[in-house]
Amino acid sequence: MMSGGVRKGFMANLAVAVSVAAYGSILGVLAAQKQITWVALLAMNLSVFAGAAQFVMVDLWLPPLPIAEITLAVLVINFRYLLIGASLQPLFEGKSLVHKVLMMHLVADENWAMTMAERRQGGASTHFLFGGGLCVLLAWCLGTLAGHSLGAVVQNPEAYGLDFVFVAVFTALVTTLWRGQQDLTPWLVAAATAILCQQLLPGKWYIVLGGIGGALVPACFPSKGAGDPEAKPA
Amino acid sequence: MTTLSLDTQVLITIGCAALVTYGLRLGGLLLASRLPRSGGWKRFMDALPGTILISLIAPGIVSAGWWGGLGALATAICAHKTGNVILSMVLGVAIVALQRQW
Repeated sequence: MMSGGVRKGFMANLAVAVSVAAYGSILGVLAAQKQITWVALLAMNLSVFAGAAQFVMVDLWLPPLPIAEITLAVLVINFRYLLIGASLQPLFEGKSLVHKVLMMHLVADENWAMTMAERRQGGASTHFLFGGGLCVLLAWCLGTLAGHSLGAVVQNPEAYGLDFVFVAVFTALVTTLWRGQQDLTPWLVAAATAILCQQLLPGKWYIVLGGIGGALVPACFPSKGAGDPEAKPA
Repeated sequence: MTTLSLDTQVLITIGCAALVTYGLRLGGLLLASRLPRSGGWKRFMDALPGTILISLIAPGIVSAGWWGGLGALATAICAHKTGNVILSMVLGVAIVALQRQW
């Protein structure tokens, strides 16, 4: 069953899988602190399979679970998958709908990036993409479950700053998304909207409202003289 | 609203999150030729990942106080210089944790 393409994709993602596992172990520790069982965490890994969204799910996890808030937050955070999915269309040219339905579930940021890089060399296939997905999924499950068993024995998480891990992870991630001066106003608007909404509204609606508020700035006011933002180096 | 057992809540929450995520993955592929490639909608979509993450962390940094702000700043500078997410995260958390040990 394991075709050459799948194997090749799996091997190509091994290096990045190490960082996926490390990142996953942090999520596992946080999930254990929230009393999420390892079965639920594994189910989340296999069915949702999206790092940033799972961090937010765990952060919002407080029984009775705010199902609508969590779903909406996941929708907005994973909106980029619409673009990622669209970018894979040339790779899936001529494939059947069943093939598309089966192969698209295991698309994560990491194996997608690997596939796009491989495609420039002319070697990518949907099997390569899928093999990479299997590799990332395996690392993600091993990392999160290892972290989960570790997190269950930590007695006093605040003393180790574990409550700050969530903020620190996303601060580091957002820094890598900075595209330049054009992002300054949208990001300030997003921060101000989020802080204000958190004070005024119940629950975690501030995440969605801040994100949309900030992204509306470039949508309504294209930056002058910036031209095509993609032409600028990151 | 009727109260659901915790297991049912967990099942529904994970199920909804999975459906939404898979829907976006497959939807993007199937709708590829119909998604706008320029204009306001495109700029909105391009800006969204960054603004969402900012909204996630901004209230958390404010409520963590001065040391939280310092930890976040150190994390951001380290991530910008090294590009290493894990290392930057550890640095920020270490600053907050050390201050609490005092």
